[in-house]
Parts: sequence; C-alpha cells; structure tokens
Amino acid sequence: MITEKKNKKMIKKKNRFLSIVFRFKKNKLALFGLIIFAIMVFMAIFADFIVDYEIDAIKQNMQNRFNPPSKEHFFGTDNFGRDVFARIVFGARISLFVGIITVGISLFFGVLIGATAGYFGGKVDNFWMRIMDVFLAIPQMLMAIAVVAALGTDMFNLLIALSVSQIPRFARIVRSSILTVKGQDYIEAARACGTSNSRIISKHILPNAIGPIIVQATLNVAITILVISALSFVGLGVQPPTPEWGSMMADSKSQLRYHPYLVIIPGIFVGLTVMSLNVIGDGLRDALDPRLKN
Amino acid sequence: MSEKLIEIKNLKVIYDTDEEKVQAVNGINLTVNKGETLGLVGETGAGKTTLALSIMGLLPDKIGFIKEGEILFNGIDLTKAKEGDLRLIRGEHISMIFQDPMTSLNPILTVGEQISEVLELHRKELNKEQIDKRVEEILKLVGLAPERKDDFPHEFSGGMKQRVVIAIALACEPDLLLADEPTTALDVTIQAQVLEMMKTLKSTFNTSMILITHDLGVVAQTCDRVGIVYAGEIVEFGTVEDIFESKYHHPYTVGLFGSIPDLTTKTKRLKPIEGLMPDPTDLPEGCNFYPRCSKCMEKCKTIAPKDIVRNGHLIKCHLFDDRNA
Repeated sequence: MITEKKNKKMIKKKNRFLSIVFRFKKNKLALFGLIIFAIMVFMAIFADFIVDYEIDAIKQNMQNRFNPPSKEHFFGTDNFGRDVFARIVFGARISLFVGIITVGISLFFGVLIGATAGYFGGKVDNFWMRIMDVFLAIPQMLMAIAVVAALGTDMFNLLIALSVSQIPRFARIVRSSILTVKGQDYIEAARACGTSNSRIISKHILPNAIGPIIVQATLNVAITILVISALSFVGLGVQPPTPEWGSMMADSKSQLRYHPYLVIIPGIFVGLTVMSLNVIGDGLRDALDPRLKN
Repeated sequence: MSEKLIEIKNLKVIYDTDEEKVQAVNGINLTVNKGETLGLVGETGAGKTTLALSIMGLLPDKIGFIKEGEILFNGIDLTKAKEGDLRLIRGEHISMIFQDPMTSLNPILTVGEQISEVLELHRKELNKEQIDKRVEEILKLVGLAPERKDDFPHEFSGGMKQRVVIAIALACEPDLLLADEPTTALDVTIQAQVLEMMKTLKSTFNTSMILITHDLGVVAQTCDRVGIVYAGEIVEFGTVEDIFESKYHHPYTVGLFGSIPDLTTKTKRLKPIEGLMPDPTDLPEGCNFYPRCSKCMEKCKTIAPKDIVRNGHLIKCHLFDDRNA
C-alpha cells in the first residue's frame, strides 16, 4: 500500500505530461469542457458513419419541410426538408476545421512575430509591430471579404483571409506577455549561463507567458467560427448547400418566428463549442503552471 | 606570483539614457589570480554590479556601454569579443550568482532541468544519463538531496534556492565565479552556511571568485584581497590584512568601518558617513569623495587623487601623496 502510494508520487513527479494531466483532471469544469469538445470532434471525424451526407444533409425533401424535432429527425428538418441533425454533424467538420486551422496558423506566425519583436525590441520591434498595426487597421471582416472576393471563394482562400487578419492580435498579445517576462531575473540568469536567444525565448520566456496566449487562442477559435458564419451569410464563406453552423443559422433566420429550433439548435452548438474551448483554455493554463500544483 | 586569470584595465562604463549619461564605472583596474577570492565592497550604486555585468557582457542592451578599457580573460579581451564567443564563455568559464535567489530561478522548470541546461549547453559530449548523474552529484555537493531535482523552485526555501543557484553556477566548474551579493537576501544563519559552502566548493574546483557585497564581515570571512569601491572607482585596494589591520586607510574605508558595530569598544551610537553618494550623472571635480570627506583639503576639490601604492596596498587619496616618495 505504502509503496503503491510512493510509486504514484514518483510517477507524478517524474513525468511532466502526467502531472499536467493530473492537475487538469482536478478542474471538473475544464474536464466537462474537454468532454463536450471531444464529442464535437468525434462527430466531425466520424460524420460519415453517423449519417449519410448525400441523403440526409444535402438532398431536398420538400414534403418534409419544417418537421419539428421527432424520433426520425432528432433536430427536425429545415426549409428544404433536410435533416438538421445530419447538417449539424457535417457542419461540425467545417466549423471546427476552419476554426482550429485558422487559429493554428495565426498562432504560429503571431508567436513568431510577437516573440521576435518583444524580445529584441528597438528597430525590430518597430518594424514588425507597425506592419501588424497596418493589418490591425483593416477590420477582419473587410479583409476576409477582400481576399475572398479577389481570389475566389474556396476553403483555402478563406483560411488565408481569416488567418492573416488574426495574426496581429496574437502578435500583440505575445509581445506584451514577453515584455513582462523578459525583465525577470531568471532570464538574465539564463543569459549568464550562455543560453542562446532562441533558446531563451522558446524555453524560458514563452512557457512563462503562455497563459494569456492560450486564452486568446481559445477565444479566437470561437470568434473564427462566428466570422465564417458571417461570411457565409453574405455569400462569401461556405457555399450552399454545404452545411455549416453559421450559414444554417443565417438561412433560417426568416423562420425564427414559427420554427425557432432551426436557429436555436445550431446556435447551441456554436455556443457549446465556444464555451467548451474557453473552459479548456482556462483549465490548461492552470494545469501548465507548476506553481498551482495540487 | 600566481597566474593572472582576469585583468581589468581602466574600465569605464556609462549608461546612456535619453535624459542623462550615468558614469557607473570610472576607470577601474583590477586583477584576479587563479584560485583567489576578491571582495568588492561598496555602497549601493557604487558600480559593483555594473562591473560584474560588464565582465559577463550582460550590460543592458542599447543603454549600457563600455566606453574605455579592456577586460582580459585568459588573454581574450571580453569587451571586444563577439556575442557568440561570449556565450561560450558564459556558464562554462565565467558564471554568475545573482543577488536574489527568489527571482533568479525559472518558476516553471524543475531545478534539475535548470542545472542540466548549463551542462547541455557546454558539455555537448555528455549524454542524457551522464548529465542526470552529474546533476545529482552537484546537488549533493551543494547539500541538497539528489531526489529533489524533479522539484520546482517554489518548493524550496530561500537558502535552498540559493544553493540551487550556486549549483547552476558551478555545474561546469568555471574558472571564475562572480557572486553578486549572494547572501544579501538570506538570513544570517543561512548566510554563514552558504558562505562556508561556497568557500569549500571554491577550493575543490580551484575557482577564482569575485565576491560583491556590502558586508565587511562577509569579506573578512572569505576574501583574500579586497577592493573598496566608491562612485565607480576603487578607492582602496589590498589584502584582507591591509584593509582590516593596516593603520593607513582611505577616509571612506574609515567611514565604512565606523558604521559597523564594534563589540570591543563602548560606543553610544554608530557613526554613519554623512551625506549621499555623488550623483553619477554629475560627478564632482577633483576627488569623488570630497563632499563627504571629514579630512577634505583644498586640493581635493580640484585635483583628482592618484593611486598611491605601497607594498601592494593601494589608496586613492591626497592624504597619502607624500607616501609616494
């Protein structure tokens, strides 16, 4: 019994990853968010096994328009008689994919630019941040519209448009968190050990500045999902009949009065995804900080 | 004569900010021999830390400049060395112990990782197990249990953190250790332990040390030679015996000793040195110390005193001008 306990303690100490998992598990809300998000991801990946894309999500069936939620149609049917559940399931693919990839790309470049600017300061800082300011001056929506209108409406252009417009936000956040960590004594101490700049940034500064970056990233996934919806709404995002949560809401807004579930259901899914990502982000931030251990 | 490890010649450092030019170090000459401990004593703001940072090449970017002088370390001039070369010297040949152990450890890396980082950087030939073994060895040397290498800094007490900091500094067995007030943030009992340990380790590794402090007691306990620093200059320099036993002193040194309690004589009050350090942006003409000096003469106000050396005991004061002959 005692050895078992000791072993457990050893594992907890030995393995960085396990100790993060251990701390994350203690946060019940974050765990709940993770479960919700896992369900969404599962839905997106295995959509083909859950429902049939062509028959349930795309094919119009005018006899079955506006069926309220029932046994055959969990979430009812929409104005073309398509199964809303099927469209939600397939919509998860696009919404999550675009949301995560966009944030991934902009996070990568944002961290790179923000870290360089914040760490080296002076001219480098000015150069990069002024470029970022230029991008920041263009509203995200306008930027996306401009790119998509110029290059054509396909998924790839959409991703570029959304990513580019988010880079400055990340760059700013990263730069400011780096500025606060840069002045700490342990950074000076690391330099006194002969650590190179890139190693100081990646090993000493970024892990200490990760909190606000994670929160911003999870928030931005949510924002991106909403922006795609808006773009789809003006006809520049995902093209009908492809199911996507935002465009489902937009398409059904004229039915809000008599068939509110058509708007509410995709709305709930967007909301759940956003919320689960936020609590995951919060939980992750706490779990990554060893000072809050146990 | 033992071998010279580092030689500082006429070093002048300024901090150039938008508003003003701060003259932090004004022509310091210093040599440290192999295996020797040199103490630098002085008030806050005397330029002791700046001196240490210039040796490390870590003066604040775009603000701190070495205006003049050379720092010769094993024949290499550190003031002119490239950043990449300096990086190889730092940690490997020269390492530094910072003042505050509470803030000089990275809070999110385990102490083991922080010690092994120096080894990874400078001992590329070692594999992971060898590094692990070495980390445990070093932890044992500084008096910590090797199992604690997987703990984070916040799980240690102040004295233990300082031991970790020392472990990091000594991991590569450097030739020169710069200790910038290593015991200031610690309480007195721990201070004694840490100093004792540093002394032992220093002799085990045959490391030279520059000990920066404002505690004369610490100096008496650990140093071979001592420099008294005032306003960016060394005003008195000599062996510990010269500083503590000799009859002749710079008035500033006399003032320093006057401000520590003496148990053998009965005094009602300590005698602090009147006034403050001169503004380093606007140093007085002549001797830097004259505004506070009790023995100030007319010529002190206009002519800067020269270094007067007798038997290796240096005093920078007009009072001893006649001793030169």
